Amino acid sequence: MSAPIDSMYQQIILDHYKNPSHHGLLDDFDAEVHHVNPTCGDEVTLRLKVKDGEITDLGWDGEGCSISQASTSVMSDLVVGKPVADALAVQQRFLELMQSRGQGELTDRDEEQLDDAVAFEGVSKYPARVKCALLGWMAMKSAVAEAGWADTEEVAG
Amino acid sequence: MSFDVETVRKDFPILSREVHGVPLVYLDSANSAQKPQVVIDAEADLYANHYANTARAVHTLGSEVTTAYEAARDKVAGFLNAPSRDEVIFTRNITEALNLLAYSFGNATWFPGAEKFRIGPGDEIVVTEMEHHSNLVPWQLLAQRTGATFRWIPIDDEGRLVDSAIDEVITERTRLVSFVYQSNALGTINPVQRIVARANAVGAYTIVDAAQAAPHLPLDVQALGADFVAFTGHKLYGPSGVGVLWGRYELLADLPPFLGGGEMIETVAMEGSTFAAPPSRFEAGTPMIAQAVALGTAVDYVTNLGITNIREHEKALTGYALEGLRGIPGVRIVGPRDNVDRGATISFTLAGVHPHDVAQLLDERGIAVRAGHHCARPVCVRYGVPATTRASFGVYTTLDEVDQLVQGVESVRRTFG
Ligand SMILES: Cc1ncc(COP(=O)(O)O)c(C=O)c1O
Repeated sequence: MSAPIDSMYQQIILDHYKNPSHHGLLDDFDAEVHHVNPTCGDEVTLRLKVKDGEITDLGWDGEGCSISQASTSVMSDLVVGKPVADALAVQQRFLELMQSRGQGELTDRDEEQLDDAVAFEGVSKYPARVKCALLGWMAMKSAVAEAGWADTEEVAG
Repeated sequence: MSFDVETVRKDFPILSREVHGVPLVYLDSANSAQKPQVVIDAEADLYANHYANTARAVHTLGSEVTTAYEAARDKVAGFLNAPSRDEVIFTRNITEALNLLAYSFGNATWFPGAEKFRIGPGDEIVVTEMEHHSNLVPWQLLAQRTGATFRWIPIDDEGRLVDSAIDEVITERTRLVSFVYQSNALGTINPVQRIVARANAVGAYTIVDAAQAAPHLPLDVQALGADFVAFTGHKLYGPSGVGVLWGRYELLADLPPFLGGGEMIETVAMEGSTFAAPPSRFEAGTPMIAQAVALGTAVDYVTNLGITNIREHEKALTGYALEGLRGIPGVRIVGPRDNVDRGATISFTLAGVHPHDVAQLLDERGIAVRAGHHCARPVCVRYGVPATTRASFGVYTTLDEVDQLVQGVESVRRTFG
């Protein structure tokens, strides 16, 4: 018997957990952050490099539940090579999806913007696990700020 | 009375519900047990037909409620084989019972006539490495307040107390030993009499955390020999919001009060107050009336099933589950691997899969287990794991449910394999 169709554990999540993207810390970086999620004891250390307003590289290391680790992997794929403003916009949309308590409506644009991250939609039904899914995303946001690129308006301006 | 699990299950309305479209398999009784209809009815009946405050009213309802509340005390005293009903104190839960003791011991520093309970620098307070935070933090705090030294009996790789350490850690300096009867994190059943004998030999007070023992093991305070024994109602198929502290009368009579308020006094003057005899001395304020009454019903329910029948039933489940889980590649039992001196609580890890993922995937199959450090973080630290998955059984658990657990864990392994 396999997990139900509407399982929180979509194949995409399991794949990212087993073969995470951008896993491993960068030697050359502009910012490093360490975030923990006390619920599951999840941890992530994330380093990134920003050049001319673009996240040129990102690497992370962590341990914890599959949701936190897979979500960090998916996030990495989505933001590397993107302008900071775009990365933060995706982060914001993902945050909204996670806070939707299973009521989030995904538009075609969301599907395009969030890509593999839509697989985490089911997590939003479980408030206890939302923090797991957000761990890497929050770490990325802080790292961007740490690197001095927090104020996207100003960047764009 | 013979024990028939299918008959027992009919007593618990919640067991007929579904989660995620499949029947509920509730394997989290060590966390909190489900309630039989009689307990639910007892609480509702008190509110619907008798309710008033206890002990303070002369009217009919007040006297009915007081009789019901005191009858519950009698039932608990019987359940514990307590020499006197006045040794049974109702608290909010076991956490409050243990804090009551810790604060009362602390108050002995200045309370007249309580010299024998005084603890100070140079004295030692002993617990074990497998304590629930409820029986660990209050004693750490007492040690900090009094300047005493906080010590603990370590556990071995199998999740048992290191026997030789019992004699090494409990010494002439020990004033108080507080320890768990059955571990909620490991399932281990500790040698209560052995520890009590050692503590008695050095003149230390003994406190037994029987939260996990009460629903599964005979709890005869006279046979255990400890000075204080506490348990919590909601794990004993009773309501949440009520627990019990039992203590030897001659100790309770001299122990300083913890909370001050109504009903715990003898006389009150602006210049100072004197205090009531136990148990009132420790029951300040309006108590958890309906909950205590329904706990009395829960005690009757368990007594009618027969604690030895329950123990036998759960022992069979535990042996079966240990065998099934051990057969799954990557499963490591955290706690005693064999079905000896252990209760119906099994903690385990599955290689490469976080316990929260195990628990979440099991939940998708309707199976409720707990994942985490089970409020006994030092145990996880001891075994080098961030958390464990824990399945725990009760009177209503069936062999079929154990099969579902084992199949569920096997399926989790394959999902992540
Ligand atoms: C061994 C043990 N002690 C103490 C407690 C605390 O119980 P309560 O939260 O009802 O006070 C528990 C419950 O988790 C327990 O298992």
